[in-house]
Amino acid sequence: MSVHEQFAEDVALYALGALDGEAKASLERHLAGCASCRRELEQLRGDAALLAFSTVGPKAPGRSKSRLMDAIAKEPRARRTSHGVNLWAALGWAAAALMIVVAVTLWRQNQQLKSSNVKSVEFIERERLQLEKAKNVADILQAPDATRYDVLPVKYPAPPPSGKAIYSRERGLIFIASNLKPVPAQKAYELWLIPTQGAPIPAGVFKPDSHGSATVINPPLPAGVEAKAFAITIEPEQGSSTPTMPIVMMGTGG
Amino acid sequence: MNDGALVAAIRNGNQEAMAELYDRYSSVVYAVALRVLGDTSAAEDVLQEIFMQLWRKPGAFDASRGNLAPWLAVITRNRAVDVLRKRRPQSELEDTTLTVDPDFAGEADRGLIVEKVRSALQAMSSQQRNALEMAYFEGYSHSEISAKTGEPLGTIKTRIRSGLMQLRKLVETK
Repeated sequence: MSVHEQFAEDVALYALGALDGEAKASLERHLAGCASCRRELEQLRGDAALLAFSTVGPKAPGRSKSRLMDAIAKEPRARRTSHGVNLWAALGWAAAALMIVVAVTLWRQNQQLKSSNVKSVEFIERERLQLEKAKNVADILQAPDATRYDVLPVKYPAPPPSGKAIYSRERGLIFIASNLKPVPAQKAYELWLIPTQGAPIPAGVFKPDSHGSATVINPPLPAGVEAKAFAITIEPEQGSSTPTMPIVMMGTGG
Repeated sequence: MNDGALVAAIRNGNQEAMAELYDRYSSVVYAVALRVLGDTSAAEDVLQEIFMQLWRKPGAFDASRGNLAPWLAVITRNRAVDVLRKRRPQSELEDTTLTVDPDFAGEADRGLIVEKVRSALQAMSSQQRNALEMAYFEGYSHSEISAKTGEPLGTIKTRIRSGLMQLRKLVETK
C-alpha cells in the first residue's frame, strides 16, 4: 500500500470532509510532507465523487436556465482570470511584496536604532530614499497604461529561456518564464516543485505565448512543503502526475 | 465542442458557451443538490450559485487535474452540504481537485457508472451504506456519525474507508 497505514482510514474520512478534531489537524500536518498520502487523498476524493456523480433525479426546472442567463447578462466581468494574470501584473505584485519587505526591514532597523540610541539622521534619510525608490518601481509596474517593450540585441542570437519562481511555503508560488520555445502539438510545459523529501509535486501546466512568455500564479499545492528546487519538463497538455524526462529547465533556491 | 474548449470560451466571456455547458451538466448539478438538500427551491438556488461561480471563476476548473462532470458534482455536493449545515463555504473552488479514472464525457459512460455505483452500494451492509451516506450527503463528521449511530469511532472509520475501496474496486472492473 502506498499510503501510510496509520493514516489510511483518516485519509478516507478527510476525503469526505468527515474528519474532525485533533485527528484532522494531525493528518493535515502529515499530508503537508507526504506525497503518497496526498495522491491517495486525491484518489479517494475521486472515489467519493462517484457517489455524487451517480446521483440521479428530476431535471432542473426550465426557468433555471433563463434565470441563470439573465444573471450572467447583467454581470459583465473582466475577461482576464486569475490564470490569465499577465507578466506585468505578476511583476507588480512582486514589486509590492518587495516594498513590504523593505518597509518591514526599515521598521526593524529603525527600532534597533532607537533601542541603541543611535541617532543617525543620514542613515534614516538614506533608507527613506530607498523606500521611495521601491515605491516608484511598484507604481510604474502597476500603472494601468504600463506597456512592455522588449529591447533586444539586433545582431545576436535569441536569448536563452529563463524562469523565475518565487515561492512561499505558506503563501504560494509565482512563476514567470521568458524566451521559451513553443511546445509541440498536444504538449505543454509542466512545472514541478522538487521537495526536500519525497516525489516531485506538479505545480502547473502552461504554454508560452507568442513572445515565449508564461506565468503560473498560485497553482494548487499542498501547504507547508519545503522546496529544494523547481524544474520544468515537457508533458502531454493535460499534465502528468510524474515528470517525464528529460528535465528541460531547473533551478534551486537561494 | 469539448468541455475544455467550452471552459476556455467562458473565460473569454462567451455566454453561448455557458448556455451549452448548462445544458450539458445542469441535470448532474441539480440532482446532487436535491439529493443533499431534499428541497427543490434550495436545490435550484445551489444550481444557480454553482454555475454563476463557474462563470465568475472559470479558471478554478483545472482540466489537467480531472474531468468537468465529476468536478461539478463534487463542488455541488460541497456547497449543498454547507447550505444544509448552515455554514460558510468550507472550501474554495480551486481547492477541489480529484483523480477520476473513468472518462465521464458521454451520457452512456455516466449511465454505466451510475449502475456500477448503485450495485456497489446495494452490495454493502446497511450500516456501511448509512455511514458513507451520512458523511457524504449529510455532511456529518465521523464523531457525529458515531454519536448518532452509537457505534465506536474506529468502526465508523473502517466502514467509510472500506466502502470507498469497494466503490473504487467495482468501478475499476471493466
